[in-house]
Amino acid sequence: MSKVGAATVLIAIVAALIGPAVARVDPAVQDLARRLDGPSATHWFGLDELGRDIFARVLAGARISLLVGIVVVSISSAVGTLLGSIAGYFGGLVDETISRIIDILLAFPGLLLAIALVAVLGPNLTNVVVALSLIGWVGYARLVRGQVLRAREFEFVQAARALGAGTPRILARHVIPTALPAVTVQATLGMGGAILAEAALSFLGLGVQPPTPSWGTMLNGGRTHLLDAPHLTIFPGLAIAFLVLGFNFLGDGLRDALDPVTGRGAG
Amino acid sequence: MLRFLARRLALTIPVLLGVATLVFSLIHLIPGDPAQAMLGESASPQDVAELRARLGLDRPLVEQYGRFLQGALHGDLGRSLRTNQPVSTAILERMPATIELAAAAMIVAVAFAIPLGIVAAVWRGTAVDHTATTLSLLGISIPNFWLGPLLAIVFSIELGWLPVSGRGTWAHLVLPAISLGAALAAILARMTRATLLEELREQYVTAARARGASRARAVVRHAFRNSLIPVITLIGLQFGAVLTGAVITETIFAWPGIGRLLIQSIGFRDYPLVQGCILLIAMTYVGMNLLTDLLYGLVDPRIRYE
Repeated sequence: MSKVGAATVLIAIVAALIGPAVARVDPAVQDLARRLDGPSATHWFGLDELGRDIFARVLAGARISLLVGIVVVSISSAVGTLLGSIAGYFGGLVDETISRIIDILLAFPGLLLAIALVAVLGPNLTNVVVALSLIGWVGYARLVRGQVLRAREFEFVQAARALGAGTPRILARHVIPTALPAVTVQATLGMGGAILAEAALSFLGLGVQPPTPSWGTMLNGGRTHLLDAPHLTIFPGLAIAFLVLGFNFLGDGLRDALDPVTGRGAG
Repeated sequence: MLRFLARRLALTIPVLLGVATLVFSLIHLIPGDPAQAMLGESASPQDVAELRARLGLDRPLVEQYGRFLQGALHGDLGRSLRTNQPVSTAILERMPATIELAAAAMIVAVAFAIPLGIVAAVWRGTAVDHTATTLSLLGISIPNFWLGPLLAIVFSIELGWLPVSGRGTWAHLVLPAISLGAALAAILARMTRATLLEELREQYVTAARARGASRARAVVRHAFRNSLIPVITLIGLQFGAVLTGAVITETIFAWPGIGRLLIQSIGFRDYPLVQGCILLIAMTYVGMNLLTDLLYGLVDPRIRYE
């Protein structure tokens, strides 16, 4: 499964990097006379409501999706790991404050807070990344806090402390590395989650704005043409499912590899 | 049990206060003047000033916050900017539709997930298990904003079996419920499989088999019953995902619930209504989590004494 996932993700990355050059069709070029044309030899995925090549737009959309995924996961995992390890290591009032913030943010179901934030900040790519990162760090912080609570009692951590190592050094060299396998799994699954979330926000008209090709925006555009041109809906959705499934397979495989106990049971 | 209940309730109060504070501050996160943003650039300064006064935005922040909390406690969330209807009335009108959809989605999810999870666990490692596991990963990966339109293309447009949108008969409910319940079904199936596999390794299952219980009886009567506790907990915890999913599903199928109201209100920049919808969904979610915790404490006494 993890190999399938890795291959899927790799294909998507290659497609995003070199795809637009290979497709040799500008995703923004309109051919209004042939709008809504179905898949053909020249336009593999057909043309959209403005006569733009859907294949070229799906490839260009892969860039947006992967970019959002990478940026959101990088910010969320860095902030979450830092705050989670500070909370877990220091305990007391620091832990209490960070944990209460986590509790409050977790009181909002999934995407709801992102919808709310983008609604007030304004719908664009930057605000989507800001909103998803603001809610994304919480999961990492909770995970790392738990791991650090355990790790700070380990003998090698106490030995480092006894040898006079400073707190930043203990955290960076001894404590945080123990949490990294779990963070890696969460980050892989988080890539899928961030890609889905961006697509959902764009689908609702709250994310990437037209004419920028995003898979969610393309799906939104396809809604009014379900009857006469279902290919507008089918291909961008297929791309989302393909990439998210890839990250989920990869995350599952990594979890099995890095955590043999739960891996065997949870499959 | 009473101590557990009191402690759990005491933990919920600061969370609810935090949620209300965050929802209150949303309006102040609007870049520039919130009143101007709500009315648009072309609004006259007089109209803007009037709206600012109406929403209390001209008062000190602390006073605004106090009024907001007081109002929220009494169910007074202000009035819709567009229709002038009280926000609470607008939300209450849409609530039955969302409850109906969420309940149907959860029924669909449980009906698919439990058998799938059991089959995968019992025939672990076989083609049946791999198919079930792949199906559940597919369910998690396929977004409901794609599944919904796909279902509509097949069952409404091609086959003509079910209506494509709206609310009225049970037929209207089928596609939105499946579209919303699919992801939950996938997560539940995985959880059922995992917990059942753990239970099947327990000695009491071997003992039941040794006493002559059939394999099916050992699974269903013994192992499955015990694996239900975490599964039920997960159903409670996933309620939030169902509520968020409902925002998208209601938009796709023109289902007149709170989710659609939220998205419409965002489109109209009707921020009091946006705040009301967000507050209600978050509060419902916190309430469901609390209920799940309490039920869990009731079922498993060990939790109460932790």
